[in-house]
Amino acid sequence: MLDIVLNREIKINPTSSQLTTQDILGAWKARWGINRMNYKVEPGLYRLGNPDPNAPVLVTANYKMTFDALRKELTNFDAWILVLDTKGVNVWCAAGKGTFGTTELLNRLAVVQLDNVVSHKTLILPQLGASGVCAHDIQKFSGFKVVYGPVRAKDIKEFIQSGMKATDEMRTVTFSAYDRLVLTPIELVSTFRISLMIFGVLFLLNLIGIGPFGAVDFYAYVGAVIIGSVLTPVLLPWIPGRAFAWKGWFLGFIWVIVNLLMGWPSSEYSVLKALGYLLILPPVSAYLAMNFTGSSTYTSFSGVLKEMKIAIPAMIISIGLGAILILVNSFI
Amino acid sequence: MKHSYLKNVSTLRMDSGKCTGCGMCLEVCPHHVFVMSKGKSIIVDKDRCIECGACVKNCPFKALEVKPGVGCAAAIIKGWLTGTEPSCDCSDGSCC
Repeated sequence: MLDIVLNREIKINPTSSQLTTQDILGAWKARWGINRMNYKVEPGLYRLGNPDPNAPVLVTANYKMTFDALRKELTNFDAWILVLDTKGVNVWCAAGKGTFGTTELLNRLAVVQLDNVVSHKTLILPQLGASGVCAHDIQKFSGFKVVYGPVRAKDIKEFIQSGMKATDEMRTVTFSAYDRLVLTPIELVSTFRISLMIFGVLFLLNLIGIGPFGAVDFYAYVGAVIIGSVLTPVLLPWIPGRAFAWKGWFLGFIWVIVNLLMGWPSSEYSVLKALGYLLILPPVSAYLAMNFTGSSTYTSFSGVLKEMKIAIPAMIISIGLGAILILVNSFI
Repeated sequence: MKHSYLKNVSTLRMDSGKCTGCGMCLEVCPHHVFVMSKGKSIIVDKDRCIECGACVKNCPFKALEVKPGVGCAAAIIKGWLTGTEPSCDCSDGSCC
């Protein structure tokens, strides 16, 4: 005879608001791109503190940095945390991809049997999950009412304690200098591979007698990279203009001019080579700055597309001309 | 310091005939694009819109429309190179 087990075991994982040294180190490593794509917690239901069936349910992503950012704000608090399987991606990006989405939430509610754990019908979602989740469909198919909480985890306690009322400030996405600064290591690290390829090409050119490329070229290039991937993001709102590529180009241009006026750190530098770098380096900074659109919180697809349609051809032409000048310089 | 991006680019549209003034779009919008006026939501600053699609997805009356997409140059380039729709797929270690 078939033996159908109707009562599946309800699995609840314990967690706490205390971050360990390992958690903090893990977050730091992820910022630098170490193990970043595999920094996950197991999806499912977690118990923080000592929640009863009336305790609030907070829904989050299974990127460990996201999960940690939420639980560290919940000191002396009892809550259920429902972790969705977002493949180790934060709430905002996962909502954009649809993994922090309606289907995953409905599935996860069923898997953890939330209606057997809590006695209420309310889920608190981070506001930035809203682009992936359809609140009225969740209610229709599961009976749970979705309440969008604040953007930032640090406001979650105040939000709950004030009877689920978010202030305008809690609802607004900001992008402070510090927010931007913590994103720059990954921008820098992601330039390493292409930079090594460029150094390799220059080394080969040296070997076959075209060049010589040395410390001066290295210094000029590294400066342009740091300007595009670190300085432009940090100084973003203070740089005139709107398009990211323009902002990066502008600072990159200043970098080259300052170097030319100071005579570069090393002596011999022909006019041709200087002109070449004036054409090559600002677009390098511009390109890296343009890539920061993906990390920013206020760009739109249509906007980025518009700036790219102008910036990319301009970059290619400028770098192409600059490379010709530098090669010509090497031959004369 | 306030950030401002390119003007007149967002594809956001509102059909105010369908709007019932429930306020859901005000709740989910991360950039205060909407305000409530005379019992209906209106688009007050379209240039702040980042086309995330949260309002469209959560409007129970289908009053809103946008072409949602990622405001990410790396994703768009990847889309061009691979011939796919740009998506926020950061598995190569860049972006978001």
